[in-house]
Amino acid sequence: MKAAPAYPVISVRNLSKSYPLRSWWGGKADVFRAVEDVSFEIRPGETLGLVGESGSGKSTIGRAVTMLNPPTSGTIAFEGIDLARLSPQALCRTRARIQTVFQDPYAALNPRMSAGAYVAEAFRLHRPDMARSERREAVASLFARVGLDPHFLGRYPHQFSGGQRQRICIARAIALKPSFIVADEPIAALDVSIQAQVVNLLQDLQDDLGLSYLFISHDLRMVRYLCHRVAVLWRGRIVELAESDRLYEDPRHPYTRRLLAAVPLPDPAAERARLAARETTNPAPGRPGDLVEVGPGHWVAADPLPEETDR
Amino acid sequence: MSGVGQGNAGVAAPPAAWVASTREPGLLAAFWGRLRARPSAVVGLVVVGALMLMAALADVVAPYDPTATDWGNVRGAPSLAHPFGGDEVGRDVLSRIVYGARASLGAGLVSVLLAVSLGLPIGLVAGYAGGLVDGAIMRLTDALLAIPFLILAIALAAFLGPSLTNAMLAIGLSATSTFVRLTRAQVQAVAAEEFVEAARSVGNPPWRIALVHILPNIVPAILVQATLTIAAAIIAEASLSFLGLGQQPPEPSWGAMLNVAKNFMDQAPWMAIWPGLSIFVAVLAFNLLGDGLRDALDPRQRT
Amino acid sequence: MTGSTTRPPLLDVSDLAVSFDTEGGAVHAVNGVSYTLAEGETLGIVGESGSGKSVHVLAMLGLIPRPPGRVTRGKVWFGGRDLLALPERDLRRVRGGEIGFVFQDPMSSLNPGMSVAAQIVEPLRIHLGLDQRAARARARDLLDLVRIPNTKGRLDQYPHEFSGGQRQRVMIAIGLACRPKLLIADEATTALDVTVQAEIVALVQELRREIGMAIIWITHDLGVVAGISDTVQVMYAGRILERGPVDALFRDPRNAYTLGLLRSLPDLSRGRAGRKRLQQIDGAPPDMRTPPPGDPFAPRNAYATPRCRAEMPPLSQAPGAAPGHLVAAWYDLPALLTREAAQQGHTP
Repeated sequence: MKAAPAYPVISVRNLSKSYPLRSWWGGKADVFRAVEDVSFEIRPGETLGLVGESGSGKSTIGRAVTMLNPPTSGTIAFEGIDLARLSPQALCRTRARIQTVFQDPYAALNPRMSAGAYVAEAFRLHRPDMARSERREAVASLFARVGLDPHFLGRYPHQFSGGQRQRICIARAIALKPSFIVADEPIAALDVSIQAQVVNLLQDLQDDLGLSYLFISHDLRMVRYLCHRVAVLWRGRIVELAESDRLYEDPRHPYTRRLLAAVPLPDPAAERARLAARETTNPAPGRPGDLVEVGPGHWVAADPLPEETDR
Repeated sequence: MSGVGQGNAGVAAPPAAWVASTREPGLLAAFWGRLRARPSAVVGLVVVGALMLMAALADVVAPYDPTATDWGNVRGAPSLAHPFGGDEVGRDVLSRIVYGARASLGAGLVSVLLAVSLGLPIGLVAGYAGGLVDGAIMRLTDALLAIPFLILAIALAAFLGPSLTNAMLAIGLSATSTFVRLTRAQVQAVAAEEFVEAARSVGNPPWRIALVHILPNIVPAILVQATLTIAAAIIAEASLSFLGLGQQPPEPSWGAMLNVAKNFMDQAPWMAIWPGLSIFVAVLAFNLLGDGLRDALDPRQRT
Repeated sequence: MTGSTTRPPLLDVSDLAVSFDTEGGAVHAVNGVSYTLAEGETLGIVGESGSGKSVHVLAMLGLIPRPPGRVTRGKVWFGGRDLLALPERDLRRVRGGEIGFVFQDPMSSLNPGMSVAAQIVEPLRIHLGLDQRAARARARDLLDLVRIPNTKGRLDQYPHEFSGGQRQRVMIAIGLACRPKLLIADEATTALDVTVQAEIVALVQELRREIGMAIIWITHDLGVVAGISDTVQVMYAGRILERGPVDALFRDPRNAYTLGLLRSLPDLSRGRAGRKRLQQIDGAPPDMRTPPPGDPFAPRNAYATPRCRAEMPPLSQAPGAAPGHLVAAWYDLPALLTREAAQQGHTP
């Protein structure tokens, strides 16, 4: 990594998100802890990967960080500002600089809004001073920037392929020159032959615009390719956090090992060997313990704590 | 769309001339194409259009004054001069059918318009705001649903006197809760979609999400329901007029005509057949149109 | 045709074509697919959405809705009969009997209102004519077979009481219930977490060793296919573009699409520092209402020749490749790659 400025773009401290489970008469029966005590920060121009199985709390973190679904406790500081302290209006303004690219480009586009209007909405909301013609041109150049033909401005979502739709979403996400983008499984719904296009686009945009990404994915190959650092989430807690190379070459937590050992390899001999030698190191039951630094910037969860029962 | 060769990122900004010339066939054109591909919907649309035209141009179309009596034509059988025959006081049945369309279609349209203009905003608020507001509104519509339609109509007639306007009011009010519930359910379904979250994430204020992102996506369902409800409202108006709670004599309405005709079924069956057939055709046409709209407005149902 | 064994193949698909009638015109989902499958062979079929990989097996078993779906031509020989000519009643005996299925989504493939036991017992009673007691005993054996612990207590549970991976195990148990000669798994691990996918793949490997059925494993994931297949078949736009023994196909791809897929995958063992830009395949799959004339991949293929754009190449033995390694291409990919490498050597 190049000499990055000292301050992080986004800094998450002790983030927890729980959902009350209500009993039939409406009283609080129990609490479901989706995410517990998660802390990380992302530096300018850095990509942090967030991996883990479904239900591990990946998307919950993504939606908490953007305040789409604010956390139950913990602080999220964006460029030094605590997002929880902002007024709704100020939060709306700040949203210009924190954007999300969603998983399903089929669901993330309003089916009754043309692609051009969809992207233009970012300007409409945050740049009311912009003239109509100016806005159109800005949208057209964004289309070109993400590799879409600007002739398609007037088309509706159903007239685009999955990859093109994801480009439309990305065009809107970068419209207001954000410094931080949460990419929540941005390639999971795309065809294999399209995934590399979108990953390359995300990488190009980072190089050109200095964006920081929180890249949420279950595709461990793409995470290694794209991310500077990786956090492994298990049962709502981070169990390992390290620079990407370190994590892939020297995984310490049993869950991380199990995850990495499960990735199929597109090489018949290697894949057969992997299947034959599959180790089944099951992580010990219980809640993962607190993170301990085992090497420079390499954090691993301590032995599990006994399962805690909530009232 | 061929979708070929748009893969390279980093294309230079386009010349401004490109931007101006981007007109795509919109959603409306696509919808129209799908509607036209359905013969039953086209039949419904044509019949509805013809009926409305007939009602609007009643002064021109009708051969006689619908309230003028002719003693020579009392319960007169259909003839060249009176193709649909005459009624119990010798009025021309054809002319009364033509003018009656005003009352019947008008009652259908006005009452549904009333129901939608009340139900849509209330349902939108209930569905999007949620919480206590939603709870209060829903209990209120539950209460409204619990009042039988006829009782409401009779109560209104008792308070305000029987008239076509009051019948429309009664029909509209009793249909309102349907639209509140439908709108609310649709809003909740659409609000759960990812593009609404995407709209929030780009900084849309709540009112804009409700009006710009949610509303256009629920209009089709409302439109379909409205068309089908018009058919039901026409029957409701006919029932009320049949009971004497709607259109007041001597003004014609299909239901009121049936009401009188029931006394002369054996002597002058045409007095009942024509209004009965008119109600049947109008209701069928609105139902066909409604079903066609449902198919044409939902792109997912394309086969 | 690739049946290199002397015995007749278990499955012989010949010139299968399927289309769907839509308002925008007919979608040509499968356009003349021919291949054979030997007894006990595992065939991996790789393709993206719209490649026809799933549609063609559904069509084989009369499982596409008609209308709008239509099998426009072709024959599917299985056990001496043409499945496409069989009346529905006989076909029903084949489905779930001699041919077992596992679909992508274990939640929606299981009936949520029926206990797991009832759903396994059903095919046993229909196809094998077992009585309730015998079928139940066999159902328990099957759950044991797919390694679901404590089977006795779990038989009468409902699908929601099982985890995603366990539900897929139940689906496999149902697929194997009647000792099929062929098991078709359609994106069977796509909806599962990678760790669970690894368990299911291992399970299928073991079962294949124990039972010896043939498998058609349909997926978009080249990695999964690499480990379990004998033969791999790459499909695109309703056609087979390449097919061959697994090692040969991965080591020596002959179709530009196969090569593109392999190259677009990042290397798990290579760090971020030493990486190269991912080699992407530009463009998008064709609209199958108006498929391009000739090779459907030609519009996205940098190696395409004018002939590729005009005429569909036949699937035939690739020159100089392993026996049974078939490719549909007018160009000679190894020669082109050699030339490319030489040019890059000249101009740095």
